[in-house]
Amino acid sequence: MTTTPAAPADLSGLTVGQELARTRHEISRDTLVRYAGASGDFNPIHYNDAVAEQAGLPGVIAHGMLTMGTAITGLLDAIADPAAVRAYSTRFTNPIPVPATGSVALEVVAVVGAIDEAAGTARVDLTAQVDGTKVLGRARATLALPAAPADGSAEQGAA
Amino acid sequence: MIEGFVSVGPADPTSGDVMPTTPDPAFAGRTYPAGPVHTVSAAKIVEFARATGATSALHTDAEAARGAGHADVVAPPTFLVSLAQATEAQYIEDPDSGIDFSRVVHGEESFTLHRPVVAGDRLVPTLTVEAIRAAGGHAMVTTRVDLADEAGTEVAAVRSMLVVRGD
Repeated sequence: MTTTPAAPADLSGLTVGQELARTRHEISRDTLVRYAGASGDFNPIHYNDAVAEQAGLPGVIAHGMLTMGTAITGLLDAIADPAAVRAYSTRFTNPIPVPATGSVALEVVAVVGAIDEAAGTARVDLTAQVDGTKVLGRARATLALPAAPADGSAEQGAA
Repeated sequence: MIEGFVSVGPADPTSGDVMPTTPDPAFAGRTYPAGPVHTVSAAKIVEFARATGATSALHTDAEAARGAGHADVVAPPTFLVSLAQATEAQYIEDPDSGIDFSRVVHGEESFTLHRPVVAGDRLVPTLTVEAIRAAGGHAMVTTRVDLADEAGTEVAAVRSMLVVRGD
């Protein structure tokens, strides 16, 4: 994955519209195999072209859940705290065909969409595309923001 | 537009028991018995983090995770999909459900996490078939797997919507 910026974002100082991460993730057949093993999803449309084509697909496609799981990692690195995620949801808008050799690039941008100070959460919206085709729709994560100390003094977000 | 669902079985009067060829709406609202208890595995967290490119040391280094206040390594946000899908199988793979898995396309997924999930957590899954709807000749099946600890405290919920393509 290639990432900008490098320093962890300060969760206590987020602003709406702030871009938290812009990342690129290479997906190859190897990636699909490893995800199948890690997740237990052995649906053959994710490794067998003949089965995928018989199901009406152009060939082997990536697991939607691989895309969803990968797409949030740029954000997780940017905030340096995977434990802050309280919700994550998405629609799967277009499949990602993965060629037998080489790889395709999943490009993801994470932007702060809303901040709910009363609830102590922030919503981050993800856009994810491969070759200009949107692969996730309404992809959003809810982050728990650090609680302000009782005396009102400013505090750095968790590193 | 989402319209009311009508199930029509095969029109063969010579067949015996009729297996549904489209998702049987009778399953909507059904909740399955809870369990069995599943222990979250540190090794699977490490493997899943690697497979999705989650690079935080909190997923792989128990000492780092404890230093950050957790009991053990922290699961990435979509990690529970494995347990959720294994639980959903009670319904999805039931021959009586009428779901032809070769026609299934994943439509949506959502995770609600009341707290971080860590290795060693013992989670009790409960499956509910939330809705079965028809739209544009396809069926949309929504399930929810609730995950609680052994004391019954909610830990997480995983919702999944599958599109079962019509002809």
